[in-house]
Amino acid sequence: MHWTKFVPAWALIGIAATATLAAHQSPSSPAAPPNRFLVVLDAAHGGDDSGGRLNDGQLEKNYTLALSVRLRSLLAARGIQVLTTRESDASIDLNRRAEIANHARAQACVSLHATESGSGVHLFASSLSPAQPTRFPAWKTAQAAWVTRSLALVGVLNSAFVHAGMNVTLGRAALPAVDSMTCPAVAVEIAPERDASRAVTSALDDSAYQARVAEALAAALLEWRAEAWRMETAHP
Amino acid sequence: MIPRYQTILFSILLLASVAMGITLWHLRERAHQRLVAGQDSAPTKAPEVAPAEPATLLVANDFDNSMLAQVQSLPLPADPGARARAILGKLLDLYAAPGAAHPVSGGASSVAQVFLMPALAPAQAPDPKAALPKASDSSPQLAVVNLTASFAATHPSGIETETLTLLSICGTLHANLPRITQVRFLVDGQRRTTLAGHADLSRTFLATEASPTDGANP
Repeated sequence: MHWTKFVPAWALIGIAATATLAAHQSPSSPAAPPNRFLVVLDAAHGGDDSGGRLNDGQLEKNYTLALSVRLRSLLAARGIQVLTTRESDASIDLNRRAEIANHARAQACVSLHATESGSGVHLFASSLSPAQPTRFPAWKTAQAAWVTRSLALVGVLNSAFVHAGMNVTLGRAALPAVDSMTCPAVAVEIAPERDASRAVTSALDDSAYQARVAEALAAALLEWRAEAWRMETAHP
Repeated sequence: MIPRYQTILFSILLLASVAMGITLWHLRERAHQRLVAGQDSAPTKAPEVAPAEPATLLVANDFDNSMLAQVQSLPLPADPGARARAILGKLLDLYAAPGAAHPVSGGASSVAQVFLMPALAPAQAPDPKAALPKASDSSPQLAVVNLTASFAATHPSGIETETLTLLSICGTLHANLPRITQVRFLVDGQRRTTLAGHADLSRTFLATEASPTDGANP
């Protein structure tokens, strides 16, 4: 017994047409040039999740929120549209953070963190291997199609921090929220600056240090916007 | 004049006393013999210690986000699981030492167990009805590292430090037991989302992700 005996002819035509359309539609490409430039700022942790405890007694969730607010103001002043995942001490699920970034179809997603370990600024892209974009990417590895762009964004951020005279370390990491984002995504972790003898030269609560970090991030995102526009012009 | 029955009674009691004395003496001697025999069965020489062997440890450094290969000599058991646990114990002892470049408290006792099992191909979904893959001497293995909850609770929070801990464990396992190609982590036998709020602990790590870097960024 063949199943087509029970399917009306009009339904088969519809299925065939849908399949043909699907075959001709290319999967959503990460390189689609944007007409607008939007940055998603994700202040890590919040609410019940306080993150790490910093040496000055501050909680990581408060530090990242303050940095997010400061950076949002700097970017807005430079004409960059910003979407933040939280504006208060709210508890937001890691999946929800990725959902916010993915719905926004942002040109850059920056996850902000702070730590007392290490020195200077740590920049992380996802450790997923680059993959071709697909129509239905797996949630936990959605970033794979964007890793190449994320690494390019890491390069721009690295240049800006080095230009600002800061220590930078680069790495790849498995981060639940970042791995699910469908945008060029970078995790920026701020640590105290230390000298060769590991003594702290700029603490996390140093307002001048915080300002340098925010200024360097804003400069990098401006450069990233210019690069996106150059790409758009070159490949309209 | 002592009546005869009292003489007989006295003699019987005297004999009974002497008999009981002799019996007690024998019991005491037998107890002493048992004690001596027990002491003889106790080990009189130290148990054999496994010979010291070189082990390669990938030691993390927070200050330049690097991992450097370091060869240490330590006694290693023959059983691969126990061997892996001993090597990781040494690695975590280095991190717990004062002045460590990647300070993490806990030490060797932070690794509760290391289980080794045949590894599935990365894209291969486990089929509950399928038989377990047959293990051979060269087949790749999955190491399941069971960490203690106190280790996770006291681990410094941060993307870099957590990632370095996990990658140095993966790299160290692969460097000493090359059949280990995949590593999964549990905390007190349970799956956990992150190690200390950042690094994803729910995924399977490939040992190739943790290649040593000579002071450079990974």
